[in-house]
Amino acid sequence: MKIARRAQAGTMQSSDIMVFAEPGDELIIEIDSTVAKQYEHLIRAKITEVIERMNVTSGIFRIKDRGALDYAIAARVEAVISRAQEQEA
Amino acid sequence: MNDAAALRRTLLYVPGNMPSMLQNIPIFNCDCVFIDLEDAVPLNEKDAARLLVRSFLEGYKERNKEIFYRINPLDTEWGFDDLRTVLPALPDGVRLPKADTPEIVERLDTFLTECEENLGIEIGKFKIIPSIESALGVINCIKIARCSSRVIALAFGAEDYTASMGIERSKTGEELFHARTRVVWAAKAAGIQAIDTIFPDVNDEESFEKEVRLSKRLGFTGKSLINPRQIDVVHKVFAPTKEEIDFALEVIDAILKAREMGTGVISLRGKMIDAPIVKRSSNVLKTAASLGLVDYEISDEVIYGTK
Repeated sequence: MKIARRAQAGTMQSSDIMVFAEPGDELIIEIDSTVAKQYEHLIRAKITEVIERMNVTSGIFRIKDRGALDYAIAARVEAVISRAQEQEA
Repeated sequence: MNDAAALRRTLLYVPGNMPSMLQNIPIFNCDCVFIDLEDAVPLNEKDAARLLVRSFLEGYKERNKEIFYRINPLDTEWGFDDLRTVLPALPDGVRLPKADTPEIVERLDTFLTECEENLGIEIGKFKIIPSIESALGVINCIKIARCSSRVIALAFGAEDYTASMGIERSKTGEELFHARTRVVWAAKAAGIQAIDTIFPDVNDEESFEKEVRLSKRLGFTGKSLINPRQIDVVHKVFAPTKEEIDFALEVIDAILKAREMGTGVISLRGKMIDAPIVKRSSNVLKTAASLGLVDYEISDEVIYGTK
């Protein structure tokens, strides 16, 4: 499955994460986080897990993290992928 | 446990699209929460909010309070998706907005049964708290209270109710008196709980406390809340006095002795003690125990006797 169109999900509130997705030929994940030093590898692992579970093989994901926990990261990535599949109204 | 005796004094609304609030649910000291997918979530975030709530509940394994969530009304495009997405994460039940008629509640009941069958869980696990929040709802609430065994409480909603009446809501609430009383009657007659409306001004603690006292006097068993700061006030107002606790302990002691003697009624300090007084006393002790005022765990056997 590919990212069909640009979409975003999440907010810039603390404990949340904002995820931007757009079409791309390969899978790219860019992470900007307030806690990047300590946790970037864990955030990336969580995002990758959801992307794989939803069978997405390519697309560009830009992340602005505000200290989101795993459950919020998973939910926002799932939301952005589902929005990126929908036809524009 | 007998559901009518479950402690539901404080039912705190938590916005469904805010991780910072959701992840505090385990540490709030309220009895229940209403995770909100309706008014607290903007229209373009409904899809993301329900995914967030499901994801949160899946990870919240050690539940230390009852989790209800408010879906969007069933006649909107979001209501059934709210159910389909979040129910697999096993909340305790659904707060149904705009529950104006028994038919609306029955529609939800049928859908919940289908979900329980699909999930392979006990039929009847998901409870329903209908929101009585319009003139029509107030008129129909007697039937609504009895239309499904899933309905464990009626929740009055004054903001939408006053809007449906075309009137302003005042801090003293005279305009709500008849509706409140009717909701309490409907609930009591059906043997379920009655939950009073939210109080919107978080900074006016004096008026809030007055309203909580009124709720208690009218017979409400709990109150919907919009801010964690309101929790302790409700617990304080609903707390039994030392005299009430001592009397309740005496009542339980007396009825146990009465049953040993083969009767269900006994006199205590010249007053007749029978089933309704035992029930009220057990509620007093349960509330007191939750506040740490008494170290006493009461079982259904004590309340109702053995068969």
